[in-house]
Amino acid sequence: MQPAQDVKIRIEHLQVRYSDGYESLRDVSLDIPANQVNVLFGPAGGGKSTLLRVLNRLNDLSDVAAMSGRVIFNGQNILDPNIDVVELRRKIGIVFSRPVPLPLTIYQNVSYPLEIAGERRKSRLDEAVERALRQAVLWDEVYDRLHDPATAISGGQQQRLCLARTLVLEPEVIMLDEPTSALDPVSTAKIEALLQELSERYTIVLVPHNVQQAARMADFAAFFLQGELIEAAPGKELFVNPKDKRTQDYVTGRFG
Amino acid sequence: MESRRFSRPLIPPPVQQTLGFWLMRIISLVTVLPIVAVILYIIVRGLPAIHWEFLVGYPREGMRAGGILPAIVGTFYLTLGTAVVAVPLGVSAGVYMAEYAPDNRWTRLIRIAIINLAGIPSVVYGLFGLGLFVLFLGFGTSILASSLTLGIMTLPVIISTTEEALRAVPYSFRVVSISLGATRWETIWRIVLPQSLPGILTGVILGLERAAGETAPILFTGVAFFLPRLPTSPLDATMALPYHIFVISTQVPGMPVQIQYGTVLVLLAFVLTMNLIATLIRQRARARRQW
Repeated sequence: MQPAQDVKIRIEHLQVRYSDGYESLRDVSLDIPANQVNVLFGPAGGGKSTLLRVLNRLNDLSDVAAMSGRVIFNGQNILDPNIDVVELRRKIGIVFSRPVPLPLTIYQNVSYPLEIAGERRKSRLDEAVERALRQAVLWDEVYDRLHDPATAISGGQQQRLCLARTLVLEPEVIMLDEPTSALDPVSTAKIEALLQELSERYTIVLVPHNVQQAARMADFAAFFLQGELIEAAPGKELFVNPKDKRTQDYVTGRFG
Repeated sequence: MESRRFSRPLIPPPVQQTLGFWLMRIISLVTVLPIVAVILYIIVRGLPAIHWEFLVGYPREGMRAGGILPAIVGTFYLTLGTAVVAVPLGVSAGVYMAEYAPDNRWTRLIRIAIINLAGIPSVVYGLFGLGLFVLFLGFGTSILASSLTLGIMTLPVIISTTEEALRAVPYSFRVVSISLGATRWETIWRIVLPQSLPGILTGVILGLERAAGETAPILFTGVAFFLPRLPTSPLDATMALPYHIFVISTQVPGMPVQIQYGTVLVLLAFVLTMNLIATLIRQRARARRQW
């Protein structure tokens, strides 16, 4: 075991209930370590996506009825209604399971978040767009058609474009909700390699789309089942040596 | 029972299908026919009347000769005035209904009101305009009063088409944009509105087109029986094509038929041109759309 690492996000007794009475997260407490790939896994309906949406307050858009507990990020409680959500979302980015390019050009997709943030200088935008596209290992494939519609590229490329769009803001945390579920194995491998590389500079929170990916990617893993955090451990611990019977059953493929 | 269920139908399915298709083809044709017939008939009867003097001249000899310029210009002004009244209001209301309005009793009430507004007979709008704008607010019979009346009549069309056009834009665009640090308004302004603009424009044009051809709402509010000069201010009364057609068809004895058909043709051309523009916008947008 490694020595205690920097905690990027501290979740304390988080409870989320939707307005239809469905309890999506039940008393979840979890420390998410900085600068590594943190995997949140478990069967569907476990509350992983809800957790991601809590972390950058995207659930403001959905009908959450009640939320309690605290989520501490940079010394602030994310759940505090008075925090600057726009600032928060710029620091904690998210990539969704289906690539959703905005109906703009490739270039504009990446420059969009910066322009929204108030950057007008063309040279700065050019520079940032190129840097983000290079980071997402997409530059070489699109540099000669930056002003084509973003839908003109393949699904795998689109997903890297979405990643570039998140990277351009230089966030602290990048969350990915089953980012490879709509992709072929080659594109999946590319994204996985990329995430591993990015994890040196960014805190990655990954909801993998199967157990294999969870095991491959995890520097730290947390297992969720029906809104509860069953257990969490650094490295591949959960996959080699799970303490809870339910974790063991899931990683060995007995259910899920 | 069992054997009956699997017995062969009287007409074999492929033949049924062919028959069905032909039936639908014929029915579709039947709906197209009257439109084509009306347009062709008007063109044939009205075209001989169309010449330069008719389009840019003033009516003479009790409208039995000369041109219809004041009516053309009047209809143009009224359409423009209607746009000025209805477009900002209608589009804003549509954006509010689609993007901001929570689903509660209050907004349901608003929605019902909009639907009912669309069902009110146009003559009622005319009387309402007479009461409110002409008399109570003292605008007199004027382009202003007529534009406001037509504007209110056009609002429901613009509101509902705007709302529909906005709702057609995938919700995921909004989530993505907001996740990237955009506010709701920035998302609407930079992503949703540009994507729905063709739909909104189509609705606007179709609404204005209807307003341009209406007679009843302007009858009491701004239109003049005979006014052989161009209006110079929004508080002037004006001539307008639809009402002029009514006048020369029923109120003036010894009216040359050619002028009647010519005037109808001009109004038809005005309205159909707007329709054509709407169609072109829609087609171009559909070709470029990425979702």
